Amino acid sequence: METLSFEFAAGQPARGKALVGVVGSGDLEVLLEPGQAGKLAIQVVTSVNGAEQRWQHLFERMFREQTPPALNIDIHDFGATPGVVRLRLEQGLEEVGHD
Amino acid sequence: MSRGLNWLQALAGGQAQAGYPASVKVVDGTLGERAARYIAVVPDADNPFPRARNGEVGLLEGWALGQAVDEVIAADRDKADKRVVVAVVDVPSQAYGRREEALGIHQALAGAVDGYARARLAGHPVIALLVGKAMSGAFLAHGYQAQRIIALRDPGVMVHAMGKAAAARITLRSVEELEALAESVPPMAYDIDNYATLGLLWETLSVQDIEQPAADDLARVRDCLLKAVEDIGTSRDLRGRLGAANRKASSRVREKLRAQW
Amino acid sequence: MTDSSAVNVARLLKSRSFVELGARQRARALLDEGSFRELLDPFDRVTSPWLPKQGIVTQADDGVVVAKGTINGQPAVIAAIEGAFQGGSMGEVGGAKIAGALELAVEDNRKGIPTRAVLLLETGGVRLQEANLGLAAIAEIQAAIVELREYQPVIGVVAGSVGCFGGMGIAAGLCSYLIATREARIGLNGPQVIEQEAGIAEYDSRDRPFIWSLTGGEQRFASGLVDAYVADDTDAIRAQLRELFALGKPAQPRSRRHAWYLQRLADVDTRTQLDAAAVRALYEGEVR
Repeated sequence: METLSFEFAAGQPARGKALVGVVGSGDLEVLLEPGQAGKLAIQVVTSVNGAEQRWQHLFERMFREQTPPALNIDIHDFGATPGVVRLRLEQGLEEVGHD
Repeated sequence: MSRGLNWLQALAGGQAQAGYPASVKVVDGTLGERAARYIAVVPDADNPFPRARNGEVGLLEGWALGQAVDEVIAADRDKADKRVVVAVVDVPSQAYGRREEALGIHQALAGAVDGYARARLAGHPVIALLVGKAMSGAFLAHGYQAQRIIALRDPGVMVHAMGKAAAARITLRSVEELEALAESVPPMAYDIDNYATLGLLWETLSVQDIEQPAADDLARVRDCLLKAVEDIGTSRDLRGRLGAANRKASSRVREKLRAQW
Repeated sequence: MTDSSAVNVARLLKSRSFVELGARQRARALLDEGSFRELLDPFDRVTSPWLPKQGIVTQADDGVVVAKGTINGQPAVIAAIEGAFQGGSMGEVGGAKIAGALELAVEDNRKGIPTRAVLLLETGGVRLQEANLGLAAIAEIQAAIVELREYQPVIGVVAGSVGCFGGMGIAAGLCSYLIATREARIGLNGPQVIEQEAGIAEYDSRDRPFIWSLTGGEQRFASGLVDAYVADDTDAIRAQLRELFALGKPAQPRSRRHAWYLQRLADVDTRTQLDAAAVRALYEGEVR
């Protein structure tokens, strides 16, 4: 089990909080809460060790396209594939976008 | 002979009640000045259910425990002074088998829990005396609804959710890994002193002869049972089990639930 | 098309699987619309103190959702176990959430507030990584069910796919009423443990039809161990729940029927194994 931290440039704080997913085999839980303006902070607790680079690349790809809102994101991962991670994150981002 | 049977006979002193399976011994006696019913689940080589011959709590045992305690509740319903109920606990596990699952052993054990819990709620002091194993579903059915739990100190006295070999297989670890984990994770440990740190035990007693109590042993245990009854007083709940450092999350959850209720 | 078949088609199109829903969605779906209010929600982050030191990733709600709300306008609390997290197993925190919620419901009733409880049971029993604290929590859950049951029906719902086993199977047996689907199983010991302890001839843990034939929702209902057998449909389960609450407390909880069950068990020929049909024949014919 590893705990990893990431930070990205962000815009204004998100309007709400959201929770998506469960810590099931091949899945992950994502908690999204409004953060400090300009900063997107992500903490990942994962059952799979040695994948820091893959997480970094995944997040970079996601946030390169569009500046994300300022959020504190907690991810509890139980071996999800990058596809599932991305899906959950997008679900979460969509939910915090609503109000 | 089983420890459970030896201790039951030594403590209770009387004849087992008729109308129960051979694996469930029910003896009416006294504790100090007070009437008491002593109950134990014991091995029965002729148990009609082949998977319940070594002292396991199976179908017959679960329902019979319910009967044994229900009788006490009914008999003392209009009495101010409720009989003490002592569960003498030496149960290696629940019974594992096809007949057991098919016939609803989960429901039979619920019958036992129902009896013991309702006795406590009706004002009977219920005490569990652990003289051997107190494992899993068997302990839930026979002993875990008591206001006070007393254990004798001995390597054969253990409380746990599952035997080591089975637990290791299910959690995909070796027995050695499990044992190592148990050293830093107290709720996983098998010995009674680690169990005591969880705050669920009221008292742990050392005795001379764990298999067949000596006179001194009996006196010490009886004295402890009496003190337990006094300590219970009028309490009808299990709140005495909260408060140990190793159980602080259990209290914190309850506090937060109350605050948010 | 007649009016009634048009209604049936419409109902089919709208029907949603309950089994496919997660714990939080199930809880929300069963309470009156808009009444769901979660306690100790994931953002409170009250998690297992024991899993991280074993290198196991925790879930923010420890796999149990507790929510207050109403059912047919009456105050209710619902505890839903998330079967996807660690097999729905009971740890210290999740177990305390359920026990604590039931205890507070008892307190409400003592003060004249008729809070009733629903338990969504999707669990293999004790979380072995928390062993004795899981077991102790289950004892407290059982104690609270027996106490609350004196005031209000306590209704358990077992939908699957994990089912309800271990000490929580015993808790199911304490409920005033039990609702089950076909996908559900209710028992004490998990198939693998029985196979390990008693051998594959006694119990083949990979023989799914065999396992469901003995412990599945349909069989349990047919043997009088479950009170309502419903389709895997959220609306149907919602309706069934309300119907059972409307009945009030049962005259005699199943867990008090030792005389009846002991009499039946005395008739079992234990020289041979038992099959599903034999169990149904043994336990049937009871006017409940």
